[in-house]
Amino acid sequence: MTDLLQQLLNGLSQGSIYALIAVGYTMIYGIIQLINFAHGDVIMVGAYVALGCALMGLGFIPSLAVAMLTCAILGVIIERVAYRRVRPVSRLAALTSAIGVSLFLEYTMMYFLGADIRTFPAGFFPERTYSLWGITINNKDLLVLGTTLVLVIILQYIIYRTRTGKAMRAVSFDGQAAQLMGVNVNSTVAITFFIGSAMAAAAGLLYGIYFNTVQPLMGLMPGLKAFIAAVLGGIGSVPGAMLGGILLGMTESLVAGFGGSMYRDAVAFIILILVLLIRPTGLLGKGVQEKV
Amino acid sequence: MGRVEALLNLEDVNVHYGAIWALKGINLTVGEGEIVSLIGANGAGKSTTLRAISGVIKTSSGRISYQGEDITKTPAHDIVKKGIAQVPEGRRIFANLTVMENLELGAYIRRDAKGIKQDMEMVLDRFPRLRERISQIAGTLSGGEQQMLAIGRALMTRPKLMLLDEPSMGLAPLLVKEIFSIIQEINQDGTTILLVEQNARMALQIAHRAYVLETGRIVLEGSAQKLASHEDVKKAYLGG
Repeated sequence: MTDLLQQLLNGLSQGSIYALIAVGYTMIYGIIQLINFAHGDVIMVGAYVALGCALMGLGFIPSLAVAMLTCAILGVIIERVAYRRVRPVSRLAALTSAIGVSLFLEYTMMYFLGADIRTFPAGFFPERTYSLWGITINNKDLLVLGTTLVLVIILQYIIYRTRTGKAMRAVSFDGQAAQLMGVNVNSTVAITFFIGSAMAAAAGLLYGIYFNTVQPLMGLMPGLKAFIAAVLGGIGSVPGAMLGGILLGMTESLVAGFGGSMYRDAVAFIILILVLLIRPTGLLGKGVQEKV
Repeated sequence: MGRVEALLNLEDVNVHYGAIWALKGINLTVGEGEIVSLIGANGAGKSTTLRAISGVIKTSSGRISYQGEDITKTPAHDIVKKGIAQVPEGRRIFANLTVMENLELGAYIRRDAKGIKQDMEMVLDRFPRLRERISQIAGTLSGGEQQMLAIGRALMTRPKLMLLDEPSMGLAPLLVKEIFSIIQEINQDGTTILLVEQNARMALQIAHRAYVLETGRIVLEGSAQKLASHEDVKKAYLGG
């Protein structure tokens, strides 16, 4: 029983990181129907920026803020430079462009900073563990859960309570109708990249601390997993992405905890295939949208 | 209609969709306070004309001016700010948002909280059924209610000129009558109307003037009365 709880707690932390990444995937997909394959690499850039801040002696929150802002701007630039012009041409062209951006980010980082695995300085986030009913709780878990919770609440507020959020939802439902309401579609898309990439940066920092690893290809696997989480939850749905992320993290953790750590990644992909077979629109995905 | 009073003016407007020449040199004028109808068969270019005015599609040549200002190249979201609202074909409401949120999106360009609130009341008074369904998801509304929502949403932009694209489409005859009398009321309250309709009979009943479009060209124009009694119009659009 305690084993199970322990694994669920681990899964929750890891799932939160997936959820933060998946939210960006799903928002960007929702608004321009593009699988932004460079999203995973934005995580990596975020982790490096935060690492740089940490090495300069900044604390967790300032590092988080700098990383989020830097990546938000990076996201806007990526959209402007690599996607905006090709989007109207074809979805495939934009997708290809996204893969190009992904490789560009990975190997630019590798060129300038090397492929070595780096870690956060020891004093940046001193580890502590607590024991509660036989479960070991690491303060890393609390950090990940707490940060995710705060960011998700802010995100929900932006999407459902602000004028900008309303515009984002309108554009993602029907861009042309939104234009007829006076919504500037291009700037709304830019804002979506801004927010999604900031979330990715936060995930990058948390991932870097949680696994104590920062390297140029670190975004690849969590990026793919988060993509699975987004599809699992129903791509385009923000609550779906969060749910998908948590579910995926927990499943992986359970598989790993009960003797199958070799199969952890395989299980993730099997889940994806099963969901796509049984419920192609994902857990919280909308079916065919009603148009009368 | 003297040129001075013209609110909207289209001069020799051409639109191409790839290889398809959709509008072939349209000239059209809408005067302040008028209801002008565009009638014609499917594919004649009626919707294309409205979409060109709203800036949703690009013209290949020609000039569109509004209140004497050239808006041919103005982006769609800025055209709304100038006072031109469109109720698009098929209503295009945001089916995943609530009725309230749809109306709020109509007021997206506005910052005058007080005026927005007043207009919201005005719209809900005009469409009591929307008031009953204010927090409902818009996709659950009936076709007629969705049309009312689309019109209400356009009213929330506080337009000087309202473009309506096939507001009667898919509605029961009784509802069509209701919608058309609402359009007349909106016009009497001071909003100029440019109406696209396949239901030529209804359109000519409420319009002051009308244009007949055929395959991208205007073939007839004049007062609605005159067109309603024109032999060609009767034969082609009014069932003989």
